[in-house]
Amino acid sequence: MAITSCREDELVVPTEFDIVGDEDVTSPVRGFYLLNEGNMGSNKCTLDFYDYHTGLYARNFYSERNPSVIKELGDVGNDIAIYGSKLYVVVNCSHKVEVLDARSGIRLGQVDIPNCRYVRFHRGKAYVSAYVGPVLIDPEAPRGAVFEIDTTSLAITRKVTVGYQPEEMEIIDDYMYVANSGGYRAPNYDNTLSVIQMIDFKQVQQIPVDINLHRVRQDRYKQLWVTSRGDYNSRPSRLFVLQKRAGSNQMEVVDTIPVPVSNMAIHGDSIYYFATNWSNYTQKNSISYGIIDVRTHKVVSDNFITDGTDQDITIPYGIAVHPITGDIFVTDAKNYVSSGTLYCFSPDGRRKWSVRTGDIPAHITFLTQ
Amino acid sequence: MIQRLYIFTLLCCLAFAAGAQSLEDTLELREISVTAYRRPPEIIAPQRLNGEQLERLNSNSVADALRYFSGVQVKDYGGVGGIKTVNIRSMGTNHTGVVYDGIELGNAQNGQIDLGQFSLDNIEEISLYNGQKSQILQPAKDFGSAGSIYLRTRTPRFAPGETYHARGTVRTGSFDLINPSALVELRLSESVNASLSAEWLNSSGKYKFRYRRVNPAGELAYDTTATRQNGDINATRLEFGLNGTLHGGEWHFKAYNYNSERGVPGAIVNNVWRRGERIWDTNSFAQANYSQSFGRFTTLNNVKYAFYRTHYVNNDDKQVKIDNLYRQREIYLSSANEYKITRQWHVALSYDFQWNDLQADMYDFSRPTRFTNMVSLATAYSRPRFKVQGSVLATFIHDELEGKESPGNRHNFTPAVTMSLVPLSCARELSLRLFYKRSFRMPTFNDLYYADMGNSRLEPEIATQYNLGVVYDRRFSGLLSALNINADVYYNRITNKIVAYPKGQQFRWTMLNLGKVDIRGIDISAAATLNPADQLYVTLRGQYTYQRAIDITNPADNYYRHQIPYIPHHSGSAVANIQWRQWGLNYSFIYVGSRYNQQENIRYNYTQPWYTSDVSISRDFPIGAANLRALLEVNNLLSQDYDVILNYPMPKRNFRITLRIEI
Repeated sequence: MAITSCREDELVVPTEFDIVGDEDVTSPVRGFYLLNEGNMGSNKCTLDFYDYHTGLYARNFYSERNPSVIKELGDVGNDIAIYGSKLYVVVNCSHKVEVLDARSGIRLGQVDIPNCRYVRFHRGKAYVSAYVGPVLIDPEAPRGAVFEIDTTSLAITRKVTVGYQPEEMEIIDDYMYVANSGGYRAPNYDNTLSVIQMIDFKQVQQIPVDINLHRVRQDRYKQLWVTSRGDYNSRPSRLFVLQKRAGSNQMEVVDTIPVPVSNMAIHGDSIYYFATNWSNYTQKNSISYGIIDVRTHKVVSDNFITDGTDQDITIPYGIAVHPITGDIFVTDAKNYVSSGTLYCFSPDGRRKWSVRTGDIPAHITFLTQ
Repeated sequence: MIQRLYIFTLLCCLAFAAGAQSLEDTLELREISVTAYRRPPEIIAPQRLNGEQLERLNSNSVADALRYFSGVQVKDYGGVGGIKTVNIRSMGTNHTGVVYDGIELGNAQNGQIDLGQFSLDNIEEISLYNGQKSQILQPAKDFGSAGSIYLRTRTPRFAPGETYHARGTVRTGSFDLINPSALVELRLSESVNASLSAEWLNSSGKYKFRYRRVNPAGELAYDTTATRQNGDINATRLEFGLNGTLHGGEWHFKAYNYNSERGVPGAIVNNVWRRGERIWDTNSFAQANYSQSFGRFTTLNNVKYAFYRTHYVNNDDKQVKIDNLYRQREIYLSSANEYKITRQWHVALSYDFQWNDLQADMYDFSRPTRFTNMVSLATAYSRPRFKVQGSVLATFIHDELEGKESPGNRHNFTPAVTMSLVPLSCARELSLRLFYKRSFRMPTFNDLYYADMGNSRLEPEIATQYNLGVVYDRRFSGLLSALNINADVYYNRITNKIVAYPKGQQFRWTMLNLGKVDIRGIDISAAATLNPADQLYVTLRGQYTYQRAIDITNPADNYYRHQIPYIPHHSGSAVANIQWRQWGLNYSFIYVGSRYNQQENIRYNYTQPWYTSDVSISRDFPIGAANLRALLEVNNLLSQDYDVILNYPMPKRNFRITLRIEI
């Protein structure tokens, strides 16, 4: 690209294409979107798309599809999901949920939610967790909230106050479980999972689990898998399992898996996870990539990457599993301030391909035909 | 092609640039002849801007004026209150020492001095030294930085019969600026004088900025203009000085207080056009300086106490509230002593002691205290056509932490050699200069101890510099009265560079000595003074900087051998100044070439060049014994919409009017 000495018109950020070649025209999965978070203040949250029909990886397509959006997609993406025909992108530091057409990537609208974090769906509604609630009960320690959005009108219909700095959510049998982190209140972290009754959208219970909760996922046996981040010091990160006791409608912690889980993806009966641990002694990160069987709660593999190529990954950040083929996707965020890499591994743990992404590749959602 | 043209134009400016240097040198000589004591000139002359030139350069602060020095890159977050830091020859802000009236300003917390906080109102001279000030009689600390900026405030100078000076200034203009200041200088006795300078600065910091994009077909994608919010500032500065002369010596005392409340305008990103962060700063210091010669022996002694308070609040209702208070204290003692063994051969020994502490009302903050001892030994040898200086600095650092084990002591030895040479006895206006210097920057308190991120095992970051330069400096009688051209090539290497490294789980960092940077550059500057007619002086100045500063840390990085962020390959400035009787006209042009806003030199990180034209016009009105000056400045005349730092838009065209009365 020409570096000229005079200013020119600032062009719309262009899309770049890489040939990956992992084509599959027959699969019901058309492709996947990858959300790059971008560093805070850089306004470099970007969207990539891999198309299984063409084998092309489109990097940073948002601006070309939506050239008239001022200052592009935004600052620090935090979650992405498809529901019906719409793609929802949670852009944390732009305080909005961007709604796109899932097939074309064309913008349909946005919902302003302050400090929004994650999105989940239930019965025609989208639910978005946010660090800052609608009403500041205590301005010194604002509680977080979950906002309900009508997926047709894109209007906020209801909201409920939960614990401190809520993160991921999961919905089982008309109850929503929200992981409260309290990450901004160290050392007074929150340690609860908020339970919200969906009918009247009220918080009915807070289940103590562990400090600084982050992820909540359900498996096909209606078990909840919850991660804690610990205090990054003496209290380690852990993975907890919650179940309903027979005859009861209340979730309770039934097991603790002694691995520090940074991120995970559930596929069938397997949880693919990775754990990153910093050692002050060696001044290095030690990273493990494991599989847990959701039925036995046991770690069945301590490395799902079997060909040794895990050495190329600096900081694993995002993880996803192809719903049909079982291919495993791991993103490498490198030093957080340069382009990352997306790696695709076959189900037996061998690297199939890799591609350059935007800054801090993080969240993946699959588009079905 | 366009690029070549540009450089060519710049070089042309330099080539036929003629004049300011002689005028300022004469002025300076005249001033110095009144003072009691004079230090020998440095063997490598610094880049220098003083009095009149500073006033006409359309600069709000010291940082703005530094843009006219070669080899300097200013990081400017925009507006009157925006943070402005400088980086000399791509080595990083923390390698730059800033010396205020003879004693270095410190910031043990983050090692960076916000030069936007230093008003030009009372500054008489700014000098920039690459390597170090090539003088042997100076505090040990002055041998420590990789590059130094010396700020000198106005010192009273009384002609026989004068007993006082007074000066009142009012500035106003864009950004709802109100900026009055006053200066009083009193002659208390034959050998003692006092000065008091006060300034108030108030500005809403509001300005229009514009973002515009077009698609490759040339059609408009978006074009939006908005007003910068939360960039307001309210600041006061108070400075009191006492100066005295002794037999063969002098002493100075200074008390300085700066108070400000500022909004932090923040990055402009999608859907966010205003933020709620605010900072209150109080910077106070008192310092004293005594120097005297006794035959072959000269002593220079400094003492300083400084207190800095920073209060940061995030009131943004979309974010979690933050309210932090930081307090830093510094005690500094220095004694520098020089002995002239022969007329040509001098030696000097300096010893400095410094104590710093930092308190913060943050969770898990370990309250560090630092003891620094510095000893330097320097020698100088001079012949009429050859001068050489050598110095070595030993630094010993000991940190203590409250309630935690102290990290190990650190020590470092850093040598420097400086030479200047007149190669031809028939062309004394031409001289060569060279220096080699090794220096380091200590990890700051933030690098070492900041809550979860600091790493107490950090080693100092090392800078090694090699410089070779040519100077042509000549005075003439006739149309061209002075011509000065400097050209330097340099090679710098940064090793053990302190960088943030991801650690453990998501978004946690630690600091590691990981980086390596290879810097090669050329600095060229020229100045000429023309005197085409009686009472008509034309001064032309130009400078050009080429820098290739690449990251050579690790071949596996996708930014290996890429230009480091925010360092343009090409930058430069040109200034033309015309003085005719009571009128003054100044035009200045600044150019900063394209650069990358992140480590990878890819399209997504490309930042366009920017260049601004500033114009000022002034007129003096003598009223009896007093002189009134009116100055009108227009900045960014062509109203370029640019960012120095990504997402921090700079003001469009803006104005300032200054009225100054001096008795």
